[in-house]
Amino acid sequence: MKGSLSKVLAIFWKDILLEIRTKEIVTSVLVFALLVVVIFNFAFEPETAAMNLVAPGILWVAFTFAGVLGLNRVFAVERENSRLAGLLLCPVDHMTIYWGKLLGSFTFMLAIEIIITPIFLVLLNLPLFLPRLVLIVVLATLGFTSVGTLFSALAVNIKARDIMLPILFLPVVVPVIIAAVEATALVLQGSPWGDMLTWLQIMIAFDIIYLVVATLVFQYVVEG
Amino acid sequence: MNGSGALRNYVLVGLGFALMVAALYMVFIYVPTDKETGAVQRIFYFHVPLAWIGFLAFLVVFVCSILYLMKRAVKWDTIASASAEVGVVFTSLVLVTGSVWAKAAWGIWWTWDARLTATLVLWFTYVAYLLLRSYVTEDSQRARLSAVLGIVGFIDVPVVALAVMLWRTQHPGAIIFEGGLVPSMLFTLVVCIVAFTVLYIMLVVQSTRFRNMEADIRNMKNTQAD
Repeated sequence: MKGSLSKVLAIFWKDILLEIRTKEIVTSVLVFALLVVVIFNFAFEPETAAMNLVAPGILWVAFTFAGVLGLNRVFAVERENSRLAGLLLCPVDHMTIYWGKLLGSFTFMLAIEIIITPIFLVLLNLPLFLPRLVLIVVLATLGFTSVGTLFSALAVNIKARDIMLPILFLPVVVPVIIAAVEATALVLQGSPWGDMLTWLQIMIAFDIIYLVVATLVFQYVVEG
Repeated sequence: MNGSGALRNYVLVGLGFALMVAALYMVFIYVPTDKETGAVQRIFYFHVPLAWIGFLAFLVVFVCSILYLMKRAVKWDTIASASAEVGVVFTSLVLVTGSVWAKAAWGIWWTWDARLTATLVLWFTYVAYLLLRSYVTEDSQRARLSAVLGIVGFIDVPVVALAVMLWRTQHPGAIIFEGGLVPSMLFTLVVCIVAFTVLYIMLVVQSTRFRNMEADIRNMKNTQAD
């Protein structure tokens, strides 16, 4: 078990190193997510009461779209120079590859969200210190990336993969989007913990279900 | 096609036709008009069977996907794809018939109610399934990838249902199980469900046959080319 953890971390570290050197995913997706937040300010009249109602939606639309873009890259980078074949030839099982890639995409997406969230809160004049939002972001991101890493691997070998990933990904993550938006709205309203418990439970259930299912079926996606 | 297969087809088509005529007779002539909502309530006898069989079709996709990944027999993939196609058509009809009913009963075509939302999400998932199939050209890869989506997408159904249920609900609920239907209405509904089930089986059987024929023709062409 300890051996497979170090293998997972090795694959994870490979992706982190690659990202530190190329800065390919995080920078571009970060700018994109910021743009989404800014564009929404034009779509809705800023500094009105309505803005507070749509704020959670804006945040999660930005994260979802940014997530799709980032996830598209997770396996797309492996296409160049047959890196995917190399990765699959490594003496590790497919579950290890899945968890390594998952850890990578989770970290990238979380890094983007850590930067976007304060900027978003500042731009919309919302309270800045929201520890509960951190929990929501972590749970939702885990849900996004558990499904997203699987679908990223699935889409990488097919035609029109850029459009296929969101078409596959978005319907499946609907529960996470609903739960994250509702829980974020409760946090912004300053509601007590008990109110958002149901939404946290849905995200936790989703995370567990998809971590297990994706771990089991990932081998069928990358074989052959 | 061999003799028993042809016979089975005739039986299925004949049975389906007879049941459908019986269902139409019962829905439009036999069953009394609903006191509260009027004639538009009759769409319920199409809407509910379509919804149930649509769901059944996706359950079949799920089971066949698992069987394909375990056994790697092409027939499971063929049945899964035929069932997904019928399921998408039925679910589309559920959304349309539901909208027609909602306009008359609620005064609006669409509302973001739990069941409507869940059905729409389900519809998107299996449209994605069919799109995925059309984008992958290599047979075994297509079977493998779509089987994964057939499993992952179906597992989402209870989670989506739970999430949207907590989100909001206004759909007329479990009236069927609470005994809110008079016997003649329940009887009509049962006949309609049986009729649509036979229609579903017939469509999947035919569609599977066509796919097998297509595969045969492709094989013949490939042999000639060699």
